Amino acid sequence: MSKSRVLSIVLAAVMVMTAALGAGANAPFKIGVVGPTTGPVATYGLSVIDAVTMAAEEINAKGGILGREVQLIIEDNKADATETNNAFRKLISRDQVHAIIGAVVTANSIVGGQVAQMMKVPMITATSTAEKVTQAGDYVFRACLIDPVQGVIMANFAYNSLGVREVAVLTARTNDYSVGLEEVFVETFEGLGGKIVAKESYSEGDQDFRAQLTKIRAQNPEAVYVPGYYTEAGLIAKQMRQLGMDQPILGPDGFDSPKLFEIGGDAVYGSYFTNHYHPEAGDEVSQRFLDNYRAKYGKEPDGFAALGYDAALILFNAIERAGDAALARNIAAARAAIRDEMAKTKDLHVVTGVLTLDENRNPVKSAVILKVVEGGYEFVERVEP
Amino acid sequence: MQEVVQQLVNGISLGSIYGLIALGYTMVYGIIRLINFAHGDIYMIGAFVGYFAIRIFHLSFLPALLVAMAVSAVLGMVIERLAYRPLRNSTRIAALITAIGVSFLIQNTALLAWTPDPRSYPDVFPLRTYEIGGVYVDNRQIAILGVAVVLMVVLHYIVNYTQIGRAMRAVSQDADTARLMGIDVDRVISFTFALGSALAAAAGVLVGIYYNRIDPTMGSMPGLKAFVAAVLGGIGVIPGAMLGGLVMGIAEVAVVALTASTWKDAVAFAILIVILLVRPAGLLGRQVREKV
Repeated sequence: MSKSRVLSIVLAAVMVMTAALGAGANAPFKIGVVGPTTGPVATYGLSVIDAVTMAAEEINAKGGILGREVQLIIEDNKADATETNNAFRKLISRDQVHAIIGAVVTANSIVGGQVAQMMKVPMITATSTAEKVTQAGDYVFRACLIDPVQGVIMANFAYNSLGVREVAVLTARTNDYSVGLEEVFVETFEGLGGKIVAKESYSEGDQDFRAQLTKIRAQNPEAVYVPGYYTEAGLIAKQMRQLGMDQPILGPDGFDSPKLFEIGGDAVYGSYFTNHYHPEAGDEVSQRFLDNYRAKYGKEPDGFAALGYDAALILFNAIERAGDAALARNIAAARAAIRDEMAKTKDLHVVTGVLTLDENRNPVKSAVILKVVEGGYEFVERVEP
Repeated sequence: MQEVVQQLVNGISLGSIYGLIALGYTMVYGIIRLINFAHGDIYMIGAFVGYFAIRIFHLSFLPALLVAMAVSAVLGMVIERLAYRPLRNSTRIAALITAIGVSFLIQNTALLAWTPDPRSYPDVFPLRTYEIGGVYVDNRQIAILGVAVVLMVVLHYIVNYTQIGRAMRAVSQDADTARLMGIDVDRVISFTFALGSALAAAAGVLVGIYYNRIDPTMGSMPGLKAFVAAVLGGIGVIPGAMLGGLVMGIAEVAVVALTASTWKDAVAFAILIVILLVRPAGLLGRQVREKV
């Protein structure tokens, strides 16, 4: 071994040690972020991650939280359950994060929530709407409305505002989110006195819905509720029109993507869906978010971005309130302190409204109904909780 | 009645897609006894090549279709050369597993290169919908059925009535004897793959236009179902692929119409199991005893 080689190894070792010591003195708050940045629903994950990144940069520009920098560790889970499990375990055990923002789609958050609960790490999902997610335990939070709320709101809107009485539902049988929404919608709509004339289903990834739609057509409903994601909703809309069906399509926040227009074309115009956010329905926090997001990414934020930002705000706010307890050297104690403060979140001004977390760690806040029109979404009405 | 006819139309249009994909499957199997599980992924590649040909090079429908078929034919030959030829004399199971590996390789490379985000296909084939007594049919459905039938006839002709077709059949009967008779076996197999892959690409482009949505995993499920269709019709029998596809399509639609839609995918594979148990040679296949 040459002399210079030995020297460089020694130097490298010294550098590693100084780096490690430096980390101990003023360690940043490590926050894991889990979501699909690739995969069939990548637009959801990218929106959330972009917004969380922006929130972190904004707070770091102001000197961080309690004088510590916020450091994000982003993991792509490809919207896959196994990948989510791995990502959560890696973030918790290896990266020693204080908290996790994620996952994005419901089925993943159910898995992630179980891991987070077991290992006692506070987790907040921005966008997973199924009730089941936060039932994992007291470490699991969310920033969005739960399915029952979306299903109830849409059933009420269909019955009262649209005045329809006979509705068909077309559900993704392989998807917790879709099934959860369907159940609540059907229950509420029938409770109001409406009639569900057909209940059909499909599998995610299907391309042909003509058989189900033909069956629905025979019952002649006044509207069709499609609790699913934009990928299938666009195709369903198209095939409905090709079968001569001109009923409006009703949907959930899964419709919120520019791809809905690319895939569905003009067939999706006139559809209504429940969402968490619309630029026209916001206050000053919302306006500031809108301006900054446009400036940073050069595009309009969707509902997922707004919720991602909210999740970050709820978490940062809780860390701030936890104060010294969040700075504890014992990571388990710091995590517990942050969790306790998150549970106390009350009347926090976020992008999607004024938010309070209830005893099940679900937000109480308003929702909006949007209509799909050429070139975007039209704000129809705001529904208070 | 109107509903029954509409469902029949739905079933035939779905079935002609399965038939279209199954043609390539069955031909490759017929010649070299290899179930090419990468077929569904070549179908996907074909759809993407057509997409880029239209989006980037602004080709119209027919040239884009031909480009997609040509590129996929070359790809099919390359895959055969690199992945299957070295295993020509190994067990059949080795080649089968390799085919599955190739399938994963293509799919994941595509995921990496093109992201899994679905893309909408450019509208190069104007849609016309016809209504006949409350039953809706559109020109794309007719085009797919038409193309599938034409390709079936062409393929049948090539295999049964041309020089290269005779060579293909000779290789399928006994490769060693064919070689002794002066047939360039490697070239014939290469040609078979080129033809099969071109067929898959044609299906990919047509389906892309028909549904207007493509993504790198689009080949998996149709690939599997086309495989079932090929087995159902009698694997290796060209008209069988078409028949099997149609039967599958109509069966799926019938399940949705008569029972619950949840059972739709289960039926495809239930058919596979029943066929393998009851009539392993398929509907049009000849029952021959395997010589040992």
